Amino acid sequence: MKETPLFSASSIVAGYDKKIIINNIDVVIPNNKISVIIGANACGKSTLLKTLARLIKPVSGEVLLDGKEIHEIPPKQLAKVLGLLPQSPVVPEGITVSDLVSRGRYPYQTFLKGMEKKDYEAVEEALNIMGITELANRSVDELSGGQRQRVWIAMALAQQTDILLLDEPTTFLDITYQVEILDLLTDLNRKRGTTIVMVLHDINLSARYADYIFAVQKGNLIAQGSPSEIITEDLMQQVFGLDCAVIKDPVSDSPFIVPKGRYHVMTE
Amino acid sequence: MIKDDFNIVKSGFHKRRVRFIVVTLIMTILTLILCTSMLYLGNTKYSPEVIIKVILGEQVKGASFAIGSVRLPRMLSGLLAGIAFGMAGSTFQTMLRNPLASPDIIGVTSGSSVATVFCILVLNLSGSIISITAVIAGLIVASLIYILARGGSFSGGRLILIGIGIQAMLNAVISFLLLRANQYDVPAALRWLSGSLNGMSMKNVPVLFLVVVIFGCILVLLGRHLKILELGEQSAITLGLKADQTRILLVLSAVFLIAYATAVTGPIAFVAFLAGPIAGRLAGKGYSNVIPAGLTGAIMVLLADIVGQFAFDTRFPVGILTGIMGAPYLLYLLIRMNRTGGAA
Repeated sequence: MKETPLFSASSIVAGYDKKIIINNIDVVIPNNKISVIIGANACGKSTLLKTLARLIKPVSGEVLLDGKEIHEIPPKQLAKVLGLLPQSPVVPEGITVSDLVSRGRYPYQTFLKGMEKKDYEAVEEALNIMGITELANRSVDELSGGQRQRVWIAMALAQQTDILLLDEPTTFLDITYQVEILDLLTDLNRKRGTTIVMVLHDINLSARYADYIFAVQKGNLIAQGSPSEIITEDLMQQVFGLDCAVIKDPVSDSPFIVPKGRYHVMTE
Repeated sequence: MIKDDFNIVKSGFHKRRVRFIVVTLIMTILTLILCTSMLYLGNTKYSPEVIIKVILGEQVKGASFAIGSVRLPRMLSGLLAGIAFGMAGSTFQTMLRNPLASPDIIGVTSGSSVATVFCILVLNLSGSIISITAVIAGLIVASLIYILARGGSFSGGRLILIGIGIQAMLNAVISFLLLRANQYDVPAALRWLSGSLNGMSMKNVPVLFLVVVIFGCILVLLGRHLKILELGEQSAITLGLKADQTRILLVLSAVFLIAYATAVTGPIAFVAFLAGPIAGRLAGKGYSNVIPAGLTGAIMVLLADIVGQFAFDTRFPVGILTGIMGAPYLLYLLIRMNRTGGAA
């Protein structure tokens, strides 16, 4: 396994047009681990991920890969190290699964040189890891949401990056598929040592699958650490404004939140 | 087991590549057959030897004029314009991920038409100045649509509606110019506007040829990048594509092609709009669609011209026939766009 470059951001301020959404965030992404960014809607977690993925250029501050500013690294070279699965990627009409996955090989191709043996092998391996080899020649349009998400992750895998960012990879999926996708990403992390950073909505699944959690509130990084350090009654109140009880997840022994509303709360 | 899986993937890639190559070859052969037919068909039919002699520059009584000055320039103009329309249309459609985003639907062609009609009717110009004006007008309209569509979220549906609006405005300008013009000049402008290969002369062919070769090659070379741009801005950046640079080069080349060809033959209706989708359906979606779309454009123009010249008692200009083919498809797409709320 080759050394994963150190991925970090120092005092980044970023947003859309003139509206600042995240102010002054410093992060160091733990290498070869699964990190999850959590936070309420519109808190800037997605903006943070997009800034890390170079989709948004920060107003100030830098995103660094081995100490080098990512906007100064040649795009194709960067694309071999840092990959992203966008929240709603666009499927070209009528394209087959393996053709779409093969587009992940773009950074490895040079002028006039098309797909080579190692490119086909990378596509095959990616399909195999995601368990969609038998769908290879099907049209992506015909697939279910869960299958489609696997195709997109396979494309990101074919890109063979050391670091993979995912923007809400489980949103719009049934619970079964959510667990399945998170299992597959864990496989990837354990087998290849891929550093994974993702934005997730489900706090309990985050607590179970993350090695490390970043909690974002109103554009600031207010806490970071292992799930047991972050998923506490106090911090949940602070990050989500949510009154909850934290118990042990009976399956994984990770922290598990049980929200409290105004109704259906037992009085002692 | 793994070996079998590998074969599923590999044989799929292989099958699609074979399909792409075979379809492209068939299209090439069909184009060549149509080109030859254009030289052969006419009031007088000449033998193949005579046709070859004329093309090689020998003087043959009667044939030299009929073939060398009438049929050959007509065929070459149709062929080159068809390729230009097909390639440019398919590039726009793929880049904007919408079959409605063809330059002849979103007003780019109309921009060139206004410039050309203005040159013919008001300035009484002819020749290469018209072509240059047409290209500049096409670029202005393309940038205008882009700027207007850019505010807020950049969605395909919005860009297309803005384009259709601009198209309507430009068509009004053309009507105004026709109404105000000297009556004697109007028929020439009208003939040009309906898209016709009548009266093509050899003098336009060399430059049109150069434009098609240069910008056609650029589009073919950019095909690989266009396939990445098709995945949307975010995926394109993630994969290391210089998105803005690629997009500008693609738009410039496509506008050059379509505007220059439009200045020569007139706006041959719907060829740019139809060629890409037809070619994509036939050749498959995994490969760059530029070459098949160019060939499909050429086939459409040449075939429509042959049918227009010889199938009926009256001779119809090529644009009327392609217009009849394209209109139902446009309606179908508009209805579908209405149902899906913008994503045609």
